Amino acid sequence: MATTPDAFLTVRDLSVRFRTEDGVVRAVDRVGFELERGRTLGIVGESGSGKSVTSLSVLGLHDPRHTEIEGEITLDGQVLTSAPESVLEKLRGNKMAMVFQDSLTALSPYYTVGRQIAEPFRKHTGASRREARQRAVEMLDKVGIPNARLRVDDYPHQFSGGMRQRAMIAMALVCDPELLIADEPTTALDVTVQAQILDLLMDLQQQTGSAIVLITHDLGVVAHTVDELLVMYAGRVVERGTVDEVLRAPRHPYTWGLLGSMPRLESDVDEPLVPIPGSPPSLLSPPPGCPFHPRCAYAAEVPDDRCRTERPELRPGRAAACHLPRDRQQAVFTEQIAPRLS
Amino acid sequence: MSDTVSRGEPLLVAEGLTKHFPVMGGFPFRRRVGAVQAVDKIDLTVRAGESFGLVGESGCGKSTTGRLLTRLLEPTAGRISYRGRDITHARRTELAPIRSEIQMIFQDPYSSLNPRQTVGRIISGPMEINDIRPAGGREARVRELLEIVGLNPEHYNRFPHEFSGGQRQRIGVARALALEPRLVVADEPVSALDVSIQAQVVNLLRSLQRDLGIAFLFIAHDLAVVRHFSQRVAVMYLGKIVETGSRDDIYRSPRHPYTHALLSAVPEGVTASPSPRRERIRLTGDVPSPILPPSGCRFRTRCWKATDLCAAEEPPLAQVDGSSGSHLTACHFPEP
Repeated sequence: MATTPDAFLTVRDLSVRFRTEDGVVRAVDRVGFELERGRTLGIVGESGSGKSVTSLSVLGLHDPRHTEIEGEITLDGQVLTSAPESVLEKLRGNKMAMVFQDSLTALSPYYTVGRQIAEPFRKHTGASRREARQRAVEMLDKVGIPNARLRVDDYPHQFSGGMRQRAMIAMALVCDPELLIADEPTTALDVTVQAQILDLLMDLQQQTGSAIVLITHDLGVVAHTVDELLVMYAGRVVERGTVDEVLRAPRHPYTWGLLGSMPRLESDVDEPLVPIPGSPPSLLSPPPGCPFHPRCAYAAEVPDDRCRTERPELRPGRAAACHLPRDRQQAVFTEQIAPRLS
Repeated sequence: MSDTVSRGEPLLVAEGLTKHFPVMGGFPFRRRVGAVQAVDKIDLTVRAGESFGLVGESGCGKSTTGRLLTRLLEPTAGRISYRGRDITHARRTELAPIRSEIQMIFQDPYSSLNPRQTVGRIISGPMEINDIRPAGGREARVRELLEIVGLNPEHYNRFPHEFSGGQRQRIGVARALALEPRLVVADEPVSALDVSIQAQVVNLLRSLQRDLGIAFLFIAHDLAVVRHFSQRVAVMYLGKIVETGSRDDIYRSPRHPYTHALLSAVPEGVTASPSPRRERIRLTGDVPSPILPPSGCRFRTRCWKATDLCAAEEPPLAQVDGSSGSHLTACHFPEP
């Protein structure tokens, strides 16, 4: 993919392999994307699709003893993939930050919430204890914690799940990062609180103009929050486009399958859901060709057994990594898939 | 199974069901300092052959309700009857014949299967305990059950770790079916699964419910999944049922402000055109602590319609103007 000059985060041909006792796991396989400032990229996929590993490699949070990384990640012109740990340390929590899924394990139970928010601020700005504490109160206030001045001295267990998630967002944003990676930030939360947290993330982005990568398994979450969307399967990007393009006119059979599997509040309850048959492949020995072909209902109609033998390419821009001809994709979607989604 | 129960007849009835967990504290003599009011005076009926959905956010008491109804927890107050028989405080030996008619499916397909037992042993366990010898032998019955839930009968001798999450959940379903229950209590049976696998299991449960006529108490936090599965639905908030009715009552014409807020918080928009009917309601704050629930209506602290009346008086779960007789709402100021 050609690098556009204003791309803030560029990931090119990223492959991540883990050496395990059972063999080499190909967790991420030649993934690429770009993200500009002020934009939000959604990465959707099921467990094991490589979406979290992709984001962890951006921050350099993998264990180098067991991990092989190929490809190039650049942030604001700076190459991260070859950068030494000392450089990454200065960037993490400062220019780029992360919000994790499980706030109970991501926050330390031994330190007050305020201290955990203040720590990256002191480390990166050299602020005094008092200034950092003031900043922590400010941040808690910003993320909507009532009585921030009092709650700053609470321990994480004294916060509810939604408040802990807010505190973690405060911690991630304390140094005004230009890149925020949110990995399933609302999965552990109830629907009413999930809606609050997504609104909060979007409001904060409006104020700060940071770039956000939102990783989720829930297509419903990305619908109103992201600009562009990547759909990942078995370590690869199988579809890319703006969120409207991917959700309203999806091209890849896996994306169709995901949409058909989701029970929706408007769907016809007498119709059974349309699940994807089978289960995702093992990444120790991914199937040859297209990784989705063993579960794909359309693989048989592609001539010369190409789905099984040849890896489908993902072209730049709006694209799906699929051997089905474009007009056939369109026909299948409008005739078979769309009627079930309306 | 002994005598038959006709479809629609009340199977499991709970009246004024209450569970308070004591909160202990104090030094040096630990004593009771309060109670978590997990479930507070709820009424609920599951009829033979129907699927009843119990929906609510975490901490609302839906799982406790499931455990009370299956008598895995001892109720603090209230009455549970199964086919007209009071089982509220029935002893182990008295419960034994009923236990085989009420089975459970659990949320976590990893911790609910014994890793040291083969699939065959796991599924035939309930038959062994109840000394049931099906014609043709237990092994044949297990293979049949594996087939019913969509697993390969050849996998009889495999261990749980050889299966994926969705397949494990199917094993749990097969185990629940082993005794041909009349009622299955399913506590978040699909929430640990990926979307594409979740749909497989939802479809399986739906077809079992319809084809075998098993009644389901389906406990879940996911409103869309519950809607897909249940003919009747109850919405819980902080230990109380705030609204109950048919699927259409709850999803098409909800009357309780909390039900409205829940429905509007479900992320949607994966449709060709966004539906204009769905307004966005954003609740502020979190669910209050069930140790000191708000007086009167428990939802009033997050409700945009609350008045002094809501703090003073608890609204009864009753029919409100404009609703059908089976659609009950606990609110002083129901939505139109």
